[in-house]
Amino acid sequence: MTSTTGSSPAAPAAKSGRNEILYFALRNTKLVIGAIVFIVFLLGAIFGPMLATHEPLTFDAPPGLPPSADYWFGTTLFGQDVFSQFVHGLRSSFIVGALGGITAAVIGMLVGFFAGYRGGIIDEVLNMLTNVVLVIPTFAVLLVVAAYLSVRGLGTEAMFIGLTSWPWAARAIRAQTFSLTSRDFVGMARLNGESTFRIIFGEIAPNMSSYLVMTFILLFGGAILTAATLDFIGLGPTDSISLGLMMNYSVMNAALQLGMWWWFVPPGLAITAIVGSLYVMNVGLDEVFNPKLRAL
Amino acid sequence: MLRYLARKLFIYLLTFIVAVTIDWAIPRFMPGNPVDALVSRIALMPDANAALTSYFMAAFNLDQPLWQQYLNFWWALLNGDLGRSIMLFPTPVTTLIGRALPYTLGLLLPSILLSWYVGNVVGALAARRKLLDNTVLPLGYLLTATPYMWLGILLAWVLGSSLGWFPLAFGYDQSLKAEWTWKFISSLLYHWILPFASLFLVALGGWAIGMRNMIIYELESDYANYLMALGAPQRLVRKYAFRNAMLPQITGLALQLGAVVGGALVTEIVFSYPGLGWLVLSGIQNQDYFVIQGVFLFIIVGVLLANLIVDVVYVIVDPRTRVGLQGDAA
Repeated sequence: MTSTTGSSPAAPAAKSGRNEILYFALRNTKLVIGAIVFIVFLLGAIFGPMLATHEPLTFDAPPGLPPSADYWFGTTLFGQDVFSQFVHGLRSSFIVGALGGITAAVIGMLVGFFAGYRGGIIDEVLNMLTNVVLVIPTFAVLLVVAAYLSVRGLGTEAMFIGLTSWPWAARAIRAQTFSLTSRDFVGMARLNGESTFRIIFGEIAPNMSSYLVMTFILLFGGAILTAATLDFIGLGPTDSISLGLMMNYSVMNAALQLGMWWWFVPPGLAITAIVGSLYVMNVGLDEVFNPKLRAL
Repeated sequence: MLRYLARKLFIYLLTFIVAVTIDWAIPRFMPGNPVDALVSRIALMPDANAALTSYFMAAFNLDQPLWQQYLNFWWALLNGDLGRSIMLFPTPVTTLIGRALPYTLGLLLPSILLSWYVGNVVGALAARRKLLDNTVLPLGYLLTATPYMWLGILLAWVLGSSLGWFPLAFGYDQSLKAEWTWKFISSLLYHWILPFASLFLVALGGWAIGMRNMIIYELESDYANYLMALGAPQRLVRKYAFRNAMLPQITGLALQLGAVVGGALVTEIVFSYPGLGWLVLSGIQNQDYFVIQGVFLFIIVGVLLANLIVDVVYVIVDPRTRVGLQGDAA
């Protein structure tokens, strides 16, 4: 599979589809840069907590220290290790992004596929549902839900974010499904007497897989941003640390006035970098999957 | 045109009913029974205890059947009764929201409209212009990926705390009395600049990217190619492309409202700005559920109204909706 990547530019035309995509993927600067940034932070989230020499929430360090050899990212006003909080927060962000993204993608796909494929009254009802959830400022709903949950975990937060962020994905997938449904190969499958389920997941979904991957990437990034915003208002997980909570603690405890930049710069920078890398990767993938855009 | 608006109106009405139902259901069906928690909490405040206990029993009507509770909730809502605040008992929630609302609107409206306008212009200029595009595009992605509060924090830290150019907190100088004097108004403006700037900048990126992509798409279309083949000047072709690209951006404005409101809430928290976000935060810290629920309903109504305004504008701008051809899939 990797043998084609090193050969001449004329090679991809003769090779199979998968190799062609890999060929263009590795030559797409946006995709490569985005993926590198994303992987660096992902590795930080996986292995960082093992490197951390302190617990994220214990008060065992001298308070308010700037970054040093002992405390790589400094310490908080209360004597907590910022590096440890940071890497554990990174882990939380990725977990929320993945779980929230998956939840939203599953709902969006189910609604989009069935509305687009079945049409008629099912489409009308699902479309109405999509429109209602689309118009509701979901952030306000999350606010009320989270405020009433006295014990909140990462999983619940991710699930609620997923439950409210699917509508635009459903809409986009519905439109794609709609156009694929009128194609001949779907008609053939219908004539063969295949079930709706098989047609959707065997015929339609594979033909828009690139689109689904891109949708998931955007949902992933959106979930991370929403979680950070909720956490910052003070409605984050009650049992762990997150990047949004770090910013909340720092602002609430006068880190701005005291100039303790090491407390609030890393968490925001990480979120910006992760979400930004996802967006840039998305544009890169678009260029890889869509031959029309490659010339640009 | 009437059918188009009627359909939209129906969706908004349905949304409103759903939102109010959610607002009613959450305190009643959440695990851990928040009403019990509320009642046990007020037992710690002897002065307000008796008044609050009877008030809660009346407000939630816990002795009545569920459907009766639901109807009562609607009745109170339609009479403008959102309950009373616990932290500032017995101030009605509507009074607190009325006090905070001007600050939030003063931040939101200018930042939404200006970022939308400037973003569109910048995006349109950048499309298909190598040099400008190479700066606008990365900058745009950077800005949209930035969490609202973090840009606010950075601005407050650099321009407020380190350089001391702008105040770090509050809606106006706390030594001044709220009155319509020049001194007070200038203090209001001075405190408004940083929160406005951070909201404006984060929203700007998304609009610029969206417009840039739309213009590129339009410039590839047949009518643009035909115009260019006729030898029409670039300016004219771009002008037509801009007009067509505006339509999805108007729809996008309606879709983005919820996110921008969320952004405004957290930006206010960063700057201790006395708007709805600050109110929500104190509501959360004091477990003042009526305040949180009241703000929730106000946000819903505000976003729905804004959506309706966007729809009317859309009908005016896009002639297809007027003659019955569905220009935008409702």
